[in-house]
Amino acid sequence: MYDVAVIGCGIIGANVANLLSRYDLSLAVLEKENDVSMGTTRANSAIIHAGYDPEPGTEMARLNVRGNELTRQQCEAYQVSYKQIGSLVCAFDEADEKTVEKLYRNGVENGVPGVKILSAEEVREMEPNLSQEVRCALWAPSAGIVAPWELCFALAEAAVKNGAEIHLNTAVTGIEKNEDSYTLHTNQGDFQAKVVINAAGVEADTVTGLIAAPGFETAPNKGEYYLMDKSQGTLVNHVIFQCPNKDGKGVLVSPTVHGNLIVGPNAAACERGDVATSAEGLAFVRNAAVKSVPTLAFRDNIRNFAGVRANSNRSDFVIEETLPGLITLGAIKSPGLSSAPAIAEDAVKLVENTLTLTEKESYVNRREVTIFRKLSPEGKAEAVKNNPLYGRIICRCETITEGEIVDALHGVLPPHTIDGVKRRCNAGMGRCQGGFCGPRVHEIIARELGMDPKDVLKDKEGSVIIIGETKGGAL
Amino acid sequence: MHTIYDVIVVGGGPAGLAAAEAAYNEGAKKILILERDTTLGGILNQCIHNGFGLHYFKEELTGPEYAGRFIDLVAKTEVEVWTDTMVLDITPEKEIHVVNGDKGYQVLSAKSIVLCMGCRERTRGAISIPGARPAGVFTAGAAQRYVNIEGYQVGRRVVILGSGDIGLIMARRMTLEGAKVLACVEVMPYSGGLTRNIVQCLNDFDIPLYLSHTVTKIEGDGRVERVTVQEVDANRNPIPGTEMIFDCDTLLLSVGLIPENELTRAAGIEIDRRTNGPKVYENMETSMEGVFAAGNVVHVHDLVDYVTAEAQKAGASAARHALQGTPEADKHITVKNGNAVTYTVPSTIRMENIGKNAEILFRVNRVCGQSEIRVMSGDTRIAGFKRDHMAPGEMEKITLPRVLLDRAGEELTISVEEA
Repeated sequence: MYDVAVIGCGIIGANVANLLSRYDLSLAVLEKENDVSMGTTRANSAIIHAGYDPEPGTEMARLNVRGNELTRQQCEAYQVSYKQIGSLVCAFDEADEKTVEKLYRNGVENGVPGVKILSAEEVREMEPNLSQEVRCALWAPSAGIVAPWELCFALAEAAVKNGAEIHLNTAVTGIEKNEDSYTLHTNQGDFQAKVVINAAGVEADTVTGLIAAPGFETAPNKGEYYLMDKSQGTLVNHVIFQCPNKDGKGVLVSPTVHGNLIVGPNAAACERGDVATSAEGLAFVRNAAVKSVPTLAFRDNIRNFAGVRANSNRSDFVIEETLPGLITLGAIKSPGLSSAPAIAEDAVKLVENTLTLTEKESYVNRREVTIFRKLSPEGKAEAVKNNPLYGRIICRCETITEGEIVDALHGVLPPHTIDGVKRRCNAGMGRCQGGFCGPRVHEIIARELGMDPKDVLKDKEGSVIIIGETKGGAL
Repeated sequence: MHTIYDVIVVGGGPAGLAAAEAAYNEGAKKILILERDTTLGGILNQCIHNGFGLHYFKEELTGPEYAGRFIDLVAKTEVEVWTDTMVLDITPEKEIHVVNGDKGYQVLSAKSIVLCMGCRERTRGAISIPGARPAGVFTAGAAQRYVNIEGYQVGRRVVILGSGDIGLIMARRMTLEGAKVLACVEVMPYSGGLTRNIVQCLNDFDIPLYLSHTVTKIEGDGRVERVTVQEVDANRNPIPGTEMIFDCDTLLLSVGLIPENELTRAAGIEIDRRTNGPKVYENMETSMEGVFAAGNVVHVHDLVDYVTAEAQKAGASAARHALQGTPEADKHITVKNGNAVTYTVPSTIRMENIGKNAEILFRVNRVCGQSEIRVMSGDTRIAGFKRDHMAPGEMEKITLPRVLLDRAGEELTISVEEA
C-alpha cells in the first residue's frame, strides 16, 4: 500500500512526484512508456510563457505567472538548461494592434512583471531580422526557454533519490475504489494507494474515466515544428510570437536553449498519440513563420517533429478531486509546461484533504551534474584529469563526452534507449542527428548496462535498431 | 611553454594523412595529426568495397587498404599522431584547443594548420520527409557503420532514398547480407552517383531506380512499416495520384553530404556559400593566413584519389608557409561559376603563388552531353575545353597554364555550353 500513486511521468507527474517526495510518505509513479517525459513534454515549443495570454481570473493565468517564477528557480537548482530571453508578440495590422493592447492589459492584470508595448523602431532595434511589416509588439521580459525533458528528468530523478518509486512500462488499465484506498490494475500487477493523482496528459480523461465521470474530454490537437541548425540560432534573440488566434498562440520563432532555432507549431485536431508530421502542416508552418522572419533558411532544418496538446472541451485546466482521494490533473494544454510546478502545488494541497503531510528532515532539491561543454577551459582540464572519460567526445555536434553518458547510465533513473540518452545528455541532438554518435551511444549503452546490443532500442517499445548479426557476425 | 608545431593537421582521414605526409616531404619538422576517432583512416575504414585508388595507385583497393597505404607512409615519417582527440576550438591566433582522455585538455599552437575534418551526411530533417519518426530510418553511412564495422544487419526490406554513391554501395551491401532492396528513389531526373556504381550496385542486382521520385511519407509505430513514394514534377513537388506504397522496415537516406565546418566558422574563416566549405586560394589557404583546408571539408569529392591530390597540395603549402610564410600577392583573380556550373575551387587565384599552372575543380548542375567548358574573363575568352559527357555526380578538373591567366583580368568565369 502506497500513500500516493501518481499516474504519468511527464512534466506534471514529475513535478507532483518531486514535491510529494519531500514529505514523509510512500510514493509510486506509474508510467506506461519505457522512460519518463515521453508524451507532450518531449515535443512542444519549450517556452516558459510570461502569463499574459490567459484571461485574467482563470486558473491558467494564476498558475502560469506563478509557474514561470518557480520554473526559473527549479532550473537553477537542478542545473537545467534555461534562458530568460523574453518574448515579443508582434502586430502586423490594426486588428493585431488591438490584440497586443488587450494582451498588455491581461499581462498587467495577471501580474506579469515588466510587460511593455514597444514601437516598431524599438522592436527592430532588438530584432533586426524581423519583418518590416511589424507595427508594434508586446514585450514580456519574464518569458524564457527551457529543455522540458531535461527538467522533467531532473525532477523525477530527485524524487527517486527522495524515495519515490518510478515504475516504467506500467499502464493503468483499471481503477477500483476500496474503503480507504484505490486499487490500480496495470499490466505489471496491482498497485494500492490511499491517494491517486492522475497526471496522464492527453489520456487524463480516459484514466479518470476508469472509475468516474471525468467531467471533461481531451480534444487532442497536434502541432508540427522545424528545428533548425545552430547556424540559424541567432536569427532572433527573443521568442517571437504572432498574435494568438482561436487555435492558440500561432507560429513562433525562437532560439532554443541548445542554440538552435525552433519554428512552429500549426494546430490541427488529431488522434491521441498521433505525432506524425504532414506535408500540409509543415508547409503551413513555413508560410506563417516567414511572415515574422522573412530570411528564415529552411534548408538548414535538422529535424521536424510534432507534439500533441491536451486541449479539451473546457476552457481552463482541470485540477480537481474527482472522488475523495482521486485527483485529476487534466486538460493541461498550453501554458501547461509553464504552469507545471504551480499545478503541482495545487495538487499537493488537494492531497492534504486525505493525508496529513509531514516534511522530511532533509531531501534532495537540487542536482549536481557535470556538463562538459559548459565548463571553463580550466574546468574541462580538471574534469578530464579526474575522469578520462570526459576527454572522449562521443557526440561531436553537441560536444557530449563518454563521461556524461556513462554518468547518466549509472544514475538512479537510467536511460535504456538511444533517445533516452539523448534526452538526458543531448547526444544526438545536433546537426548530424546521431548519424555519427548513434552507433557509439548504442555500444556504450550495451556495455554499461550489460545488454545485448540487439535489445537496445532507439526510443519506445518496438523501436528496434539491429535485426541480427551480419554473415561474418558481430565483433 | 608548450611546443609550437610547424603544421597541425585537424583530421586523420585520407585528406589529413596525405596533407601531413606532403608537409613532411616539403621539409616541415614538427607535424601533428589530430584524429577524433580511435584509429586513423576516417570514413574509408567502413568503406570495405573496392574501387579506391584507380587514379592514384593505378590499382583497385578497398577503403581500408587505401587508408592503410597512407597510414604506412605517415608511420615512416616523424609525424606525430594523436588519436581519440577532439579539437574543440581553433582561435584566430592559431591556437588549437583539444581534449583527449589521457593527455587531458590542451592548448596547442602551430605556424600552419590544415583543416581536414571531412563531411557529414544530410539527414531526414534536411529534406523534411513528413510522417512518423520510428526506428529504421538511417543515413546510409550510419547503416554502413553498423553493418561493416559493428557487424550488425539493420533491416530486411529496404527502400533507399537518394542515389548518391553511399546509398548505391549500401544497396548492394544490404542485398549481399540477405536484405531485399525494394527500390532506390532519386528526386532528380538523374543519379547523383558514379555510373559504375549504378551498374554494379543496382543493375547487377535488379534493383529498380526511380528517377524524379521521392519519399513523401514514413509510417510505423516502433519501427518503419511502410513508406510512400511519389513522382515529382519539374519543381520537385510530388504529383498527386502517383503514390506507390512500399512495405519495408528500413529507409536508408543518401541525400547528400555537407562539409563539416563548425570549427572553421567558429574561427571566423570565410565560408563559400556555393560549397559550404571555406573559400580557398589556389594553394588551399583559407581566408585566415596560415590556415589551409583540403578534402571533403572544402567541397565534397566523388573519388578519394582527388582528395589525396588536393590534400598534398594543401600540406605542401602549409609546410612552405610554416617555413617561409606566404608571399604577398598583388594580382588576385576571382573565380566565378557561370552557366551550368555550381561552384569552383579555388574561389580566388593569387598569381604570385602559382607555378606553371592553376587547377580549377568544379561540378556541373545537370547532365551535359557534348559540351565546351569556357573560361572567360569579362568578354575575353581565355580557354575552352571539350567534354563528351559531364554529370553532377562527377567532379571536373581543368588546368590553366600561367600564360593564359596572365591575360585574365580580376575575374574569371567558368561556364558550360552544350553543343
